[in-house]
Amino acid sequence: MSRTFLGMPARALERGFPSNAAIAVGDSQLRFNLRKATRTIRGKRAAVVSELPDWEGLRQAGKAIKDHTLRNLDRYLEQLEAAVTAAGGHVHWAADADEANRIVAVLVRATGETEVVKVKSMATQEIGLNEALAAEGVTAYETDLAELIVQLGDDWPSHILVPAIHRNRAEIREIFQERMGEWGRPAPEDLTDDPRALAEAARLHLRERFLSTKVAISGANFMIAETGTLVVLESEGNGRMCLTLPRTLISVVGIEKILPTWRDLEVFLQLLPRSSTGERMNPYTSTWTGATEGQEFHLVLLDNGRTDVLADEVGRQALRCIRCSACLNVCPVYERAGGHAYGSVYPGPIGAILTPQLRGMGSELDRSLPYASSLCGACYEVCPVAIDIPQVLVDLRAKARHPRAERLGMAAAGWIFNRPERLARAQRAGGRLRRFVPKRLPGPMSAWTDTRDIPDIPRESFRDWWDRTDGGGR
Amino acid sequence: MNSRDLILARVRRAVAGAPDAEVPRAYRGATGAVAGSTVPGNAGAESAVAGGVATGDGGRAAGERLIDLLAERLRDYRAIVHVVAEAEAASVVEEALARRKAARLVVPDGLPPSWLHPRKAGVPYETVGDDPELSPADLDRVDGVITGCAVAIAETGTIVLDAGPGQGRRALTLLPDYHLCVVSADRIVAGVPDAVARLSPERPLTWISGPSATSDIELDRVEGVHGPRTLEVVIAT
Ligand code: SF4
Repeated sequence: MSRTFLGMPARALERGFPSNAAIAVGDSQLRFNLRKATRTIRGKRAAVVSELPDWEGLRQAGKAIKDHTLRNLDRYLEQLEAAVTAAGGHVHWAADADEANRIVAVLVRATGETEVVKVKSMATQEIGLNEALAAEGVTAYETDLAELIVQLGDDWPSHILVPAIHRNRAEIREIFQERMGEWGRPAPEDLTDDPRALAEAARLHLRERFLSTKVAISGANFMIAETGTLVVLESEGNGRMCLTLPRTLISVVGIEKILPTWRDLEVFLQLLPRSSTGERMNPYTSTWTGATEGQEFHLVLLDNGRTDVLADEVGRQALRCIRCSACLNVCPVYERAGGHAYGSVYPGPIGAILTPQLRGMGSELDRSLPYASSLCGACYEVCPVAIDIPQVLVDLRAKARHPRAERLGMAAAGWIFNRPERLARAQRAGGRLRRFVPKRLPGPMSAWTDTRDIPDIPRESFRDWWDRTDGGGR
Repeated sequence: MNSRDLILARVRRAVAGAPDAEVPRAYRGATGAVAGSTVPGNAGAESAVAGGVATGDGGRAAGERLIDLLAERLRDYRAIVHVVAEAEAASVVEEALARRKAARLVVPDGLPPSWLHPRKAGVPYETVGDDPELSPADLDRVDGVITGCAVAIAETGTIVLDAGPGQGRRALTLLPDYHLCVVSADRIVAGVPDAVARLSPERPLTWISGPSATSDIELDRVEGVHGPRTLEVVIAT
């Protein structure tokens, strides 16, 4: 069997975290966006978490519910399957990414449709579903605003919660103007870079699509074994569109997403929104059980390396993860390196422990990921299911076979923190930076693919210029 | 071996001999209390809310504080909120529709008739039922929808619809750009555990906390992407 696929280009894997991070650290726009994003969400999270007098009680319950579920996962999977089937749904099992993609492709083809709408889902990114469907002649349209930006920009997500955080509004406007027309309704001629205008353009672009598309693909945040209920949390309403309007709904969900009982939601519907967006509750949560309101419903249960993680005594706690992204937002390494450096759809501290476990430590990147941390422990503090990320990192370091990984890996954190003069050296396009107000700084992916040269130190880095001129205002 | 058996076998092998975990539930659980009731046990509802203190002044005062909290939390999400006596609900609804200039309004089956004035000459809006079912395109063209709710959660400012009477199927509150929701006080609970306890997993649920929103562009919050861009709530006490 080929190595577990986690939805990232091969080039990133060859390089290892330090080189990837160096590229990101050299991208001033990226670092500016990341700093703003992580600080904002961090503050909001801290405020709404401190409102709850029983946060620690919820956290301990969340941890224990997940541990208990994982210990009895075989039983709960069978219970879930029975409940979904009894409610009129169809359950499929996928041992790896290829199998999951094949199952979905067959299901879509059976409907006779060649277009599907998608709700943001880590699992389908992980298995590279869009690309697999494209190879079968099926176009998958992302409908989450950030995913739309990523898809139209031919890009990769860089954050679990805000996947397009590496793009600024001017870039997004440009992407919409250049690319929307190729995918459907074009952006208005006079589109500005006001976030309201950009959101409105996305609303119009996707409206027709929602009204006409017959098949939707989603993931799920939780699956309830006892009742067969699936749960999706979201903000924009694109999730509701996909879950409600199409005739056929296919949900691809990792086997670890199970909760034993309906009541367990009382814990996780408090833990997740507050940890994730820093809101008391996200705008929309949908739950459904089996075939709902006349829909045809398929659930694809995905292993893709999860049972390997489950077998590791220390590492299995990573499967408690509810993908809230709180650990990204407190991580000093993520804040500087950005999401792409981690070379998988799972960035940040959780990516550093999950990716090497899911994929095995066969590549330079995966061996270096356990070193992409200063072990400061902030990720553990904020994790709503108390995953001891530093403990897993240390354990994985002991398992990283290649000594070179350690050298490079030690350089990863050290590189970013201690040698600021090298950051400038990594800046890849001095000429672009010297134009000062960049019409469009290319995203990190283009950096990944277009150059490995180290350009001359620019006369003045974008960040220095930004600081000196108050953001270009002077 | 098929993949089902393969995965289950891998799971069993992976967890063999691992310890199980007891689940401690050291957090505020369901209280069973609602705002629109004066049973003595209602004081518990208030202490179930974060920062709330049991004051001992009986169920009614505690219920009122739940109502105030719900209104405040909904406003935090930039919903428009009115707290009115049940008898005034229809008038407040009519004013809201007039302000909104909503000419065609979807009314799901089972909506309490007392929330809408009987149609009379001069009422500036027309109501549309969902039987036979409106097409998505029809729903896209109406000006708004009025519903009740199954449960409302004070602590998080959340309204939960369960497709029951007066709420309709899920698409009704999704496609129109304006959602007017009337919340009876006896549907208001303190926190998430009470809501989960009162709701049935067999029904499709939609938990709504404010209008549709995104923060995907430089983390600036923008209300309204695909769901209704305006949420107006009338709390009827
Ligand atoms: S590891 Fe914990 S903090 Fe990080 S995304 Fe997962 S649940 Fe959230």
